[in-house]
Amino acid sequence: MRAAESISGDVADGLDYPTGFVPALLDPGCATPALVAGPRGKAADKRFNVYRNNVTVSLIEALAAAFPATMRITGETFFRAMARFHVRETPPVSPLLFEYGRDFPAFIERYEHARSMPWLADVARVERAWLDAYHAADAPALPPHALTSLPPDALGDVVFEAHPSTRMVRSAYPAVTIFAANRASGPVGRIEATEPENALVTRPALEVEVRRLPPGADVFLGSLLSGEPLASAAGTASARCPEFDLATAIVVMLEAGAFAAPGRMRR
Amino acid sequence: MAKLAIHADRGASEGSRFPAHRIDGLAGTSFKHQHLTSILDDEASNRGFFEVHAENYMGEGGPPHAALTRIRQDYPVSLHGVCMSIGGPQPLDKAHLGRFAGLIERYEPALVSEHLAWSTHETTYYNDLLPLPYTEATLQRVGDHIDEVQERIRRPILLENPSTYVLFRESMMGETAFIRELVRRTGCRLLLDINNVFVSATNHGFSALEYLADYPLEHVGEIHLAGHAEQEDDEGDLLLIDSHDAPVADAVWTLFDIVIGRCGPIPTLIEWDSAIPDWPVLEAEAIAAQAILDRHAGAFLREKSYARR
Repeated sequence: MRAAESISGDVADGLDYPTGFVPALLDPGCATPALVAGPRGKAADKRFNVYRNNVTVSLIEALAAAFPATMRITGETFFRAMARFHVRETPPVSPLLFEYGRDFPAFIERYEHARSMPWLADVARVERAWLDAYHAADAPALPPHALTSLPPDALGDVVFEAHPSTRMVRSAYPAVTIFAANRASGPVGRIEATEPENALVTRPALEVEVRRLPPGADVFLGSLLSGEPLASAAGTASARCPEFDLATAIVVMLEAGAFAAPGRMRR
Repeated sequence: MAKLAIHADRGASEGSRFPAHRIDGLAGTSFKHQHLTSILDDEASNRGFFEVHAENYMGEGGPPHAALTRIRQDYPVSLHGVCMSIGGPQPLDKAHLGRFAGLIERYEPALVSEHLAWSTHETTYYNDLLPLPYTEATLQRVGDHIDEVQERIRRPILLENPSTYVLFRESMMGETAFIRELVRRTGCRLLLDINNVFVSATNHGFSALEYLADYPLEHVGEIHLAGHAEQEDDEGDLLLIDSHDAPVADAVWTLFDIVIGRCGPIPTLIEWDSAIPDWPVLEAEAIAAQAILDRHAGAFLREKSYARR
């Protein structure tokens, strides 16, 4: 009950102004707060609307900046209308705006006007992972030649650690192809891909990289990142996905810089 | 200026990561990543400083830190906090304050500032600089918050006056009296945003010159200049919006000239955060501010040398 006591304390102290101010910020149906006014008896409706507009529009713009491919697919008008619903339903809980939008892909999945684009939420998930990788801690990535120096009999016991930027997004749709076509600056032609695609998102240096994982590599990578040694992770992936090819999967991951560099690789 | 210069020098003498660039009397601009290459290629931009919004550098790593590190090597940097919510009644977010302190330690900024405003209530972050009533109770609470920030970062902040669109019925004092009292109680210094003064004066029908006459100019450590947009209030009168998306207005340049004439050169920033132009356009605004600073610097030097005779 401490929170309730401190709120009633603030009422008595004349410190409860946000309580009267905030409900109307995100709710257009809510009247201008009675605690504000214009100068010399002027009305405050249009004046208060400046704050409503600043809050809503700046948060829509934060989503537009974080999800540019999603917006390119839907068009700006559609995107801004969809983002406005999300902003009102789920405003940010952190002052760090690059953390905002984690719930947006799930919102897109539920958004009735987006039902004709069932892959849209997964494209948004790739974009959210891209932003996480962009801001992740800097660290040297395990170089592609790292495993060649190991004796062959030791290889199976190697345990990897994820690079801080590494993210994986699984999709039942060709999410990586759609993402890549709509993040690039060139025109987007007809996309023929129909197969499911899992994305590997990494940032070994300053550029974020997004790749399509080969079949079964999502299972393999998931096992490795949960601490399974290489041989056991490969066994799991082969059992779950007959097309899994160990050599291809390792090359893709090492090229992507998915793992943290030596010093952190354990045997 | 003296206080902040001491802090910058102290940092430099203790194995600092960066050179201690002086910021006195310089004009600067908001730092936008799309300008980085132009700035580094531009010989003429070897004077000046850059200001960044602290929150954009609160991620753990990546291109934002690489860009700021590069800029900080060659230029003085001003760290401008946007969402500490100092003007709100609820306790400051300790994690956020810790991140802010961490950036100051990492980048050794020449200037550190925050706003007289709030942006978080309970757990929601509203991403705007929201206004507060000016009462004895808010004075006490905001003063406590400034004390807490300054104790944590171990240096004074520059507190920025807001642009406002509404007034609170319960306000008991004017903004300048409120700010003056905060300075007296906390020892904070001030970031005078002259565009904000002009916007609020227009919106609330007071004289910007009277505001400046009543404002404690002797505590100002930085000035902000920015562009604004025009709308209408409910009565169809002019309502200015602090939009940061346009060149500085003529009336704001005039006020700036008057302030610098009175105070001497003060580090001055051109803010441009939306509809961001190519680097030469933004740089031209800073060059215009620098010309005014330099003109008055000459006059102030002459006055000093007359006084010595």
